[in-house]
Amino acid sequence: MSLDSKIPKGDLADKWTKYKSNMPLVAPNNKRRLEVIVVGTGLAGASAAATLGELGYKVKAFTFHDSPRRAHSIAAQGGINASKNYQNDGDSTYRLFYDTIKGGDYRSREANVHRLAEVSTDIIDQCVAQGVPFARDYGGLLDNRSFGGVQVSRTFYAKGQTGQQLLIGAYQALSRQISLGNVTMYNRHEMMDMVKVDGKARGIIARNLLTGELERHAAHCVILASGGYGNVFYLSTNAMGCNVSAAWRSVRKGALMANPCFTQIHPTCIPVSGDYQSKLTLMSESLRNDGRIWVPKSKEDAKAIREKRKKGVDIAEGDRDYYLERRYPAFGNLVPRDVASRAAKVVCDDGHGVAPTGLGVFLDFASAIQRYGKSEANSQGLDTNNQKLVTELGTKVIEAKYGNLFEMYEKITGEDPYTNPMKIYPAVHYTMGGLWVDYNLQTNIEGLFALGECNFSDHGANRLGASALMQGLADGYFVIPYTVGTFLANEIRTPAFDPNTAEFTKAEAEVRVRLESLVSNKGTKSVESFHKRLGLIMWDYCGMARSEEGLKKGRQMIRDLKAEFYADVFVPGTQDEFNPELEKAARVADLIEHGELMMVDALDRNESCGGHFREEYTTTEGEALRRDDEYTYVSAWEWDDDNPVLHKEELVFENVELKTRSYK
Amino acid sequence: MKLKLKVWRQQNNKDKGGFQTYDVVAEEHMSFLEMMDVLNESLIEKQETPVAFEHDCREGICGSCNMVINGRPHGPNSGTTTCQLHMRFFKDGDTIVVEPWRSRAFPVIKDLVVNRSSFDRIIQAGGYVSVNTGQAPDGNSIPIEKDIAGEAMDAATCIGCGACVAACPNGSAMLFTAAKVSHLALMPQGKVESSRRAKNMVATMDKEGFGMCSNIGACEADCPKEISIDNIARLNREYVGSVFGGA
Repeated sequence: MSLDSKIPKGDLADKWTKYKSNMPLVAPNNKRRLEVIVVGTGLAGASAAATLGELGYKVKAFTFHDSPRRAHSIAAQGGINASKNYQNDGDSTYRLFYDTIKGGDYRSREANVHRLAEVSTDIIDQCVAQGVPFARDYGGLLDNRSFGGVQVSRTFYAKGQTGQQLLIGAYQALSRQISLGNVTMYNRHEMMDMVKVDGKARGIIARNLLTGELERHAAHCVILASGGYGNVFYLSTNAMGCNVSAAWRSVRKGALMANPCFTQIHPTCIPVSGDYQSKLTLMSESLRNDGRIWVPKSKEDAKAIREKRKKGVDIAEGDRDYYLERRYPAFGNLVPRDVASRAAKVVCDDGHGVAPTGLGVFLDFASAIQRYGKSEANSQGLDTNNQKLVTELGTKVIEAKYGNLFEMYEKITGEDPYTNPMKIYPAVHYTMGGLWVDYNLQTNIEGLFALGECNFSDHGANRLGASALMQGLADGYFVIPYTVGTFLANEIRTPAFDPNTAEFTKAEAEVRVRLESLVSNKGTKSVESFHKRLGLIMWDYCGMARSEEGLKKGRQMIRDLKAEFYADVFVPGTQDEFNPELEKAARVADLIEHGELMMVDALDRNESCGGHFREEYTTTEGEALRRDDEYTYVSAWEWDDDNPVLHKEELVFENVELKTRSYK
Repeated sequence: MKLKLKVWRQQNNKDKGGFQTYDVVAEEHMSFLEMMDVLNESLIEKQETPVAFEHDCREGICGSCNMVINGRPHGPNSGTTTCQLHMRFFKDGDTIVVEPWRSRAFPVIKDLVVNRSSFDRIIQAGGYVSVNTGQAPDGNSIPIEKDIAGEAMDAATCIGCGACVAACPNGSAMLFTAAKVSHLALMPQGKVESSRRAKNMVATMDKEGFGMCSNIGACEADCPKEISIDNIARLNREYVGSVFGGA
């Protein structure tokens, strides 16, 4: 199979403009007859469904949630990037493109990333027009802040709830299309399989989660916007329901999974506190604008803190190791996520960790409080040497900026982050890998598209902060409404599909058998127990540091776990009823297979790049050693139960020179 | 800590339902939902049916979780969703009563899961700005006063969980509806169609079977996002404008 990325010819900066001018169009009268299925209603799915509805296509949108307002895009805190250059600090489309390519450690496609940077500004305009209450400065204009891996302020935000506000904006646009009858919304419906007719994606089998009934839905094309697979690690910042099933079921029907080993471990999450823990909570990267990360220089001090004999504030300034500022003076605390996470692992593995488990570092706001306090006192004409007053004023500034995050931290840990530094540790957060797509966001299966975190397209081996929201909305609002036309323009003579053909009934019967085998299994162990074990295997052998030996062992452990799952899982109830345990069982079964593929992919990639860190491939300074001569390609995997087949898409860099990433 | 849980069990919408009592051993670091996970794992171990409850993000933002705990939506702590409530706020030996939202407009699906689609239909009646993708002017073309944007943000922070309805003796959805009307009316982009929006959303709210607002204020007290009841006053102004303003 040869992979054609369908990147338009011409200069990088002109590709998208020319593409839009030359692409085939679908006339309004034909749009009304063409049906489109959208699976998932997060940022990418909701924005796509709404926009395609506005254009006049007949859209059916599906979510397993009770409402299209609940997808996990809602939990994104920090912000959304756009190269508006409102701060006059030298930002441009090219700079956002360059930062994203470099941040992704040169493992993404130039043309896709440049398009993303181009449409980023339109997203902000669109969201403002929808009434999204972005933060503003005193002049009434949009405010910005900085995020990791860049040296300009291009992140737009709405308190620490940017994802919520953008998703609600897309949800409202979608609601408008639902009320106009352009989109039919199927809540509490989960896609169980993708249906191909004559090699093209023409529909899905969906399960009505309330009744258990299987439904056949046909359309001219299928768009997946079903999110990432971070929950393969069990503990992650993902919501409990996040899963890989829509993508994985498509992989089992021939779609290729690209770069599955590229997973992002976010450096600032609340550390694990016990075995019963069900998920991890992120503390926004925006906190690294003002928080300084450190551990005690001496292991004795670290031990004393772990044993609660000392507190962070008891450690004198000179006895602290601000290790990011020390190792990476140019970017300091704002190095990209993969770099910050690995650095935390290094100091903790070395015995300097400060959380009771040994896995935690401090994120300290004391100096920011002093700095802001002095500035406030100065501007109000008050005594800048009055320590109490300065602390009070500075605390207020920090509260205004990050109040809801501090509150969330206090709720979870019971500790006050204004007086004691926060404790944080890296946790699984985002998956750069996903379904392989070409420039049109179409997978290798004609008529099957993938958007947002569900595809692999824009972030390479590491995603920069505030870029997930940007990509989800770029794909949904500004890319797919154009690129879907390249497929649908050839379908205007294709009549509506009948969901009662042999292809659909066969797919439905297969789903029924699969679900029945789960509920009728006479096992003894809960789905949750398997999911937890899967997570531990993934974290130990395919987490922040990977090795050939570990990956081989991990793969075998997963295969054993899979066999045990099918032999010994217990799922209560039947498939013909509302049965959350069955939903979970089907998802975990898919996560297990996907986890195995991640091990296979990580084993193939004999280099360290971005979120993929192979212990065998490091520089003498302990930094990641990328191997451009052999691994400048996208790994696109064709699934096979025993030997997945690798297809390579060579990455061609015509505009950016491949360099060793340096944030020093 | 050893706890006694009295949990509402109801097979489906037609079943009458009733309380079942369970013993659970929890730790104070657990979240309330993690304690419920422990209960469910123990039920599955005995090959019994676990308690169905809605949850997803477990960080207080998706609005899925919805338990009435000891008589209060989302439990005893103000400004806290069920998923953010931690067991350190309970004592060893406590009896905890767990029920679903109770409202005519939120029928029970199973155990603690209710149907809140009526909220979606209220938004579909007008809780949006009528703008298509691609029609937007530059984001900075209309300056918006920082405090006004902040006020809009405070209203827009609603997570659509329905605690306001569950808390209200009349089962009114006024706080939910008002938060959206307020958010959009405060922003110049949403102001244009504000009266029409208020009228249509209120009409849908009534049609869905929500009760009348009689200014009790229980909604505000139990809102996990602490959305102000002042928004209801703004909704009323917009609504009156729509009825008498000729809009």
